[in-house]
Amino acid sequence: MRSLAGLLHRRGSASTAKERLRLVLIHDRSTLPPGAMEALRDELIEVISRHVEVDRGAVRLEIAQEGRTQRLIAEIPLKKRNTPLSDDF
Amino acid sequence: MNGRVITVTSGKGGVGKTTATANIGAALASIGKKVVCLDADIGLRNLDVVMGLENRIVYDIVDVVEGRCKLRQAMIRDKRLEELHLIPAAQTRDKNAISPKDMQRVCDELRKDFDFILIDSPAGIERGFKNAIAPADEIIIITNPEVSAVRDADRIIGIVEAEQKGPPKLVINRINSDLVERGDMLAVADVLELLAVDLIGIVQEDQAVLVSTNRGTPIALEPRSKTGQAFRDIARRLAGEQVPFTRANGGGFLGRLSKLIRAGSKKDA
Repeated sequence: MRSLAGLLHRRGSASTAKERLRLVLIHDRSTLPPGAMEALRDELIEVISRHVEVDRGAVRLEIAQEGRTQRLIAEIPLKKRNTPLSDDF
Repeated sequence: MNGRVITVTSGKGGVGKTTATANIGAALASIGKKVVCLDADIGLRNLDVVMGLENRIVYDIVDVVEGRCKLRQAMIRDKRLEELHLIPAAQTRDKNAISPKDMQRVCDELRKDFDFILIDSPAGIERGFKNAIAPADEIIIITNPEVSAVRDADRIIGIVEAEQKGPPKLVINRINSDLVERGDMLAVADVLELLAVDLIGIVQEDQAVLVSTNRGTPIALEPRSKTGQAFRDIARRLAGEQVPFTRANGGGFLGRLSKLIRAGSKKDA
């Protein structure tokens, strides 16, 4: 069992190390250069927008880890259909 | 006989590859396996001194590859364990003196006479590392619970997987339980979660390792040493025994750890 002092210290430097490593390993494992995510995000939005209206500000693109497998996860909210009718209608 | 070629590697230097190779080799030999340790760190040989066999070197691996001697002549038999042997690296040459093909040829020869061929890999991911993993059936990765060692281990795991060597097994070396308890050292479970590979050994930080290395006597041969026991446990796991990971070498978060290990072994089944 962990000591009380150990529990209080849970946010010691080890948790910082783990979090930093978690992030750096995502990039090390990825064949996608760090700067390429932004470009990929913009291009995805552009392609999808040709077919359906996208809520651009809310698009999220990230690399998720499952064991040693990486998965590109995109969350692309669509604009609501029920926009108010314009005045001249 | 059809021996298993197991390469011990790490990416980062100084994490304990050579010590682990010498100790796992000694531990395997002490349970009756025929073992040869092969030092692949050409130009920076050290397995000979760690095993305490440095005074008996006549020929080395480069002499074998270049045909100056027979394989048997380069093999040094350990003075304590009949079944333990060493093939030293050359000290005055560089990594380019041998090729991955040479290593494969030498190891194919050794497979006939030994149960285990343990290769001590140099640090890095260059030629020497490629030589070391080329003949491997299995890979053991040594790491320390420390950011740069874990990061390098992750790179090596990626390369080993790309080379289709199968999933490597991890040894976490130099765990300091006090630091883990204080929250200032990555716990075994943290490292396993980050690297997502199977564990084969946990070795505590122990000053007695320095002492045994000073003497050239692998700590695995000291029956009362906990660290020696940790290496003997690794050897038994390699030999196919189910050896539980105990609290004594766990270092915190035991519940999560055993869960992770169970999940890992289920994956294997």
